[in-house]
Amino acid sequence: MRSKAATSTDRSKGEAGWGLKAAAWFGVLFLNLPILFIVLYGFTTDDASYTFPPPGLTTEWFAVTWNRADFWAAFWLSVQVAFVSMLIAIVLGTCAAAAMYRFKFFGKESVTLLILLPIALPGIVTGISLRSAFALGEIPFSYLTIVLGHATFCIVVVYNNAIARLRRSSPALLEASMDLGANTFQTFRHVVLPNLATAILAGGMLAFALSFDEIIVTTFTAGQQETLPIWMFGELARPRQRPVTNVAAIFVMIITFVPILLAYYLTRDTDDVAGSGK
Amino acid sequence: MTPSSSLSNRLSTYLFNRPNLVLCLLLLPPLLWLGVIYLGSLFSLLVQSFFSIDDFTGKVVYDLSLNSYARLFSATNLAIIFRTVMMASAVTVICGIIAFPLAYYIARFASGRTKALFYVAVMLPLWSNYLVRVYSWKLILAKEGAIHWMFNALGLGPLLEWILSLPVVEGSSLSTSYIGTALTFIYIWLPFMVLPIQAALERVPRSLLEASSDLGARPGETFRKVIFPLAIPGIAAGSIFTFSLTLGDYIIPQLIGSSRPFIGQAVYQFQGTAGDIPMAAAFAMVPIVIMAVYLTIAKRLGAFDAL
Repeated sequence: MRSKAATSTDRSKGEAGWGLKAAAWFGVLFLNLPILFIVLYGFTTDDASYTFPPPGLTTEWFAVTWNRADFWAAFWLSVQVAFVSMLIAIVLGTCAAAAMYRFKFFGKESVTLLILLPIALPGIVTGISLRSAFALGEIPFSYLTIVLGHATFCIVVVYNNAIARLRRSSPALLEASMDLGANTFQTFRHVVLPNLATAILAGGMLAFALSFDEIIVTTFTAGQQETLPIWMFGELARPRQRPVTNVAAIFVMIITFVPILLAYYLTRDTDDVAGSGK
Repeated sequence: MTPSSSLSNRLSTYLFNRPNLVLCLLLLPPLLWLGVIYLGSLFSLLVQSFFSIDDFTGKVVYDLSLNSYARLFSATNLAIIFRTVMMASAVTVICGIIAFPLAYYIARFASGRTKALFYVAVMLPLWSNYLVRVYSWKLILAKEGAIHWMFNALGLGPLLEWILSLPVVEGSSLSTSYIGTALTFIYIWLPFMVLPIQAALERVPRSLLEASSDLGARPGETFRKVIFPLAIPGIAAGSIFTFSLTLGDYIIPQLIGSSRPFIGQAVYQFQGTAGDIPMAAAFAMVPIVIMAVYLTIAKRLGAFDAL
């Protein structure tokens, strides 16, 4: 099927063979259809099992969720944690990207590895490491311990976005700015920042979404506190009022879709670089 | 010139002449954070794994010993490690098979709106809603859920029963079998495989393909000898994620699958209900060692340049 598809590669952007097309659509549907079930089950009248098709439809679960104080407590904790982690990641990620782009130095490869490590190692390793460090240092769990964990794996997201943009920008621009008499700060303010801002913001948005939704590291660093994903995980174990979890899930989906789509639109124009890479 | 701008000018010149100072200022904050918090924690994990727990008091004994590691190599624990590695390998291979045509289509054939649509359709699940997406499969795979319903509606119920009764699969429904666990893993990690492969394929210059066909290669040959080898760094990069993430996950096998534990669940249970952090630490060393080996191989394949 693939050789058939490749027949048309002779002309630029030819037609794909039906086999390839079908495989591609299968992949995309597989990735996106299951989410619809979450929405569907948010309206079901069956609150104790997952009967398909749902026996009846109702909107009462939205009101029930709206009136649950524990839901809102978890929600606000998640928003706070995600926001602070995002800010820390933006500062540290941008600094790291600037340093790695501008300078060559001894041990540069190790630094790259260090930045990548928190997402290259399984989340549970990050989680249990922090947990064991808190245990050894006798640090009590709090809102800050959650942020500590989240910011650590968010740095790389901002870093990746910023350094990708820097690599695509031309160093001649900086030299031109200096030649025209601007000092380092003016060059940064008027040349580097406008070019970099959308990439940093996009990285920040992704960091927010990532933190808002994180559960694996969080279970190890949260103690008794419940972020929204932890609250949902607890709800899953309950036999009654199952659709409340779905309504919360729909809510989470909307909250994370917005920053992700924003990030996409902020970086979209710079992404199409076919054949122009290394 | 105003005094403030001359001050900024002087500072600017001062910094310009001292690039090393600038490098330090930029690199120090992120290095301190990652070095102290992250590496520090990893180190404390390593240290903890050499402590042990007193059987009678249940308190951690702060003497270095290999007790935890000795307990790690029991038959039960080795079975857990074997099960997890097999699952991670299967998930990685199937992710590769599903992801490649998708990435190839996006990189080579889709353009304009279709391309944007496909790209968003892959990226949106990547960044959003891990737990929500896992939960969606709980709904779909349940005994009373959509897939079982569909098989029964098509009269294929007995076929599904037969598949579920196969030796390794064994489960009363899809959501309590290995098939369910694997499906969910594949679904969750698939975007991590698609994006690096797509990026690698995008980087293949069109002129290279034209050169190949000018030199007389048939399209199939061009695919095998030019396109696919150039996609390997992307595949290796993607496999780092799918493999590593499957090794360490404990939410998916806990929600969907048989009750047989994976590495992540073992770590979670040791630190939680058992309160045995040294044993949890020793167990957590397993995915670290496996990933160290894996990263070394991936680096040889050029995966780091494709990230």
